[in-house]
Amino acid sequence: MLANYGYTDGSGEYFITVDTDKCVECEGRPCAGACPAGVIEIITDDYDDQVCAVRDEHRKQIKYSCAPCKPASGWKTLPCTDACPHDALTHSW
Amino acid sequence: MAVEFWRWKEYNWHDPEADPRAAEVLSVGIDVGSVSSQAVIMADGKLFAFSNMRTGSDSPESASKALAWALEDTGLTLEDLHYAVGTGYGRVNVPFAQKAITEIACHARGANFMYGPAVRTVLDMGGQDCKAIHCDEKGKVRAFLMNDKCAAGTGRGMEVMADLLSVPIEEVGEMSLDVDEEPPPVSSTCVVFAKSEASGLLRQGWPKNRVLASYCSAMAHRVCALLERIGIEESFAITGGIAKNSGVVSRIEKELGVEALKTETDSQIAGAAGAALFARALYLKSKSGN
Repeated sequence: MLANYGYTDGSGEYFITVDTDKCVECEGRPCAGACPAGVIEIITDDYDDQVCAVRDEHRKQIKYSCAPCKPASGWKTLPCTDACPHDALTHSW
Repeated sequence: MAVEFWRWKEYNWHDPEADPRAAEVLSVGIDVGSVSSQAVIMADGKLFAFSNMRTGSDSPESASKALAWALEDTGLTLEDLHYAVGTGYGRVNVPFAQKAITEIACHARGANFMYGPAVRTVLDMGGQDCKAIHCDEKGKVRAFLMNDKCAAGTGRGMEVMADLLSVPIEEVGEMSLDVDEEPPPVSSTCVVFAKSEASGLLRQGWPKNRVLASYCSAMAHRVCALLERIGIEESFAITGGIAKNSGVVSRIEKELGVEALKTETDSQIAGAAGAALFARALYLKSKSGN
């Protein structure tokens, strides 16, 4: 399943996409620990799979929550996607 | 007393021909949405009764009222029901539900039930959010995208416009189609801006039907952009209250070049119907011990 968390507003599209078919294969799920803002959490989804997801409180503000890890803040790559061993995590912006 | 043009019809229904006491499993799904609440009771996976009403300020009370109304005149009580699943934004506040499941999974399952197993893309146009969902032939979600950041493209936006123009919300769709030429859309990114624009158009002398056409067009454009992000796979179905608005539905169909499936069942109960089907499956699973 491709789970898209985020939103579209007048300034653009801000979505973090989790490919849960890939994510469910992961044992350690290092993405959650790698995110300095605590945006990512591990949940049990509606089909009883343990997968990562964007925390509720960040879903309507991920543009700002993720801003400290974006190139404008000096990062070349994202810590969450770097940590994911299955390429299950992508950002739309 | 001022007329509330946005106020849609609340009602309940049950199948007078069915004998729920003969059913092996009586399951219930409660969808406590941001604007409306529905309770759906299924007897062995078949629709038996439902209610559709406005959500109040108290989610547990709204859930209880919706269920009480669905049970009215059926001869059943809460104790007769085997399993309940809550869904919608108030899903964790349904006091009698054994489990909460997201509205995304429930709408996919409900659309599969209401429109048939051919459904692959579901657009749920809810009261305060909009969801684009891909599902398989069993109604299991394969991809989803949700926009709940603002009210543009949602039922609440349409209610605002109905009130502004003093047009009963059930008449908005047909009225918006009664134009010789499609006007340019108003702002599709914000209901507040759209309302300001619509007020300006009225001052310029635009008739109500033209303003509504402009708003329905903006709403259709907004949700089509959401759908295009995850792609359209046929067959395509729309759930939620806006599925009853022919002005928005026909413009979505035109923009996408795809015809939406039709159903005899109220499109607003899709989430609760999906929850009731999940409830049935969970009850059978618990009974079998797996």
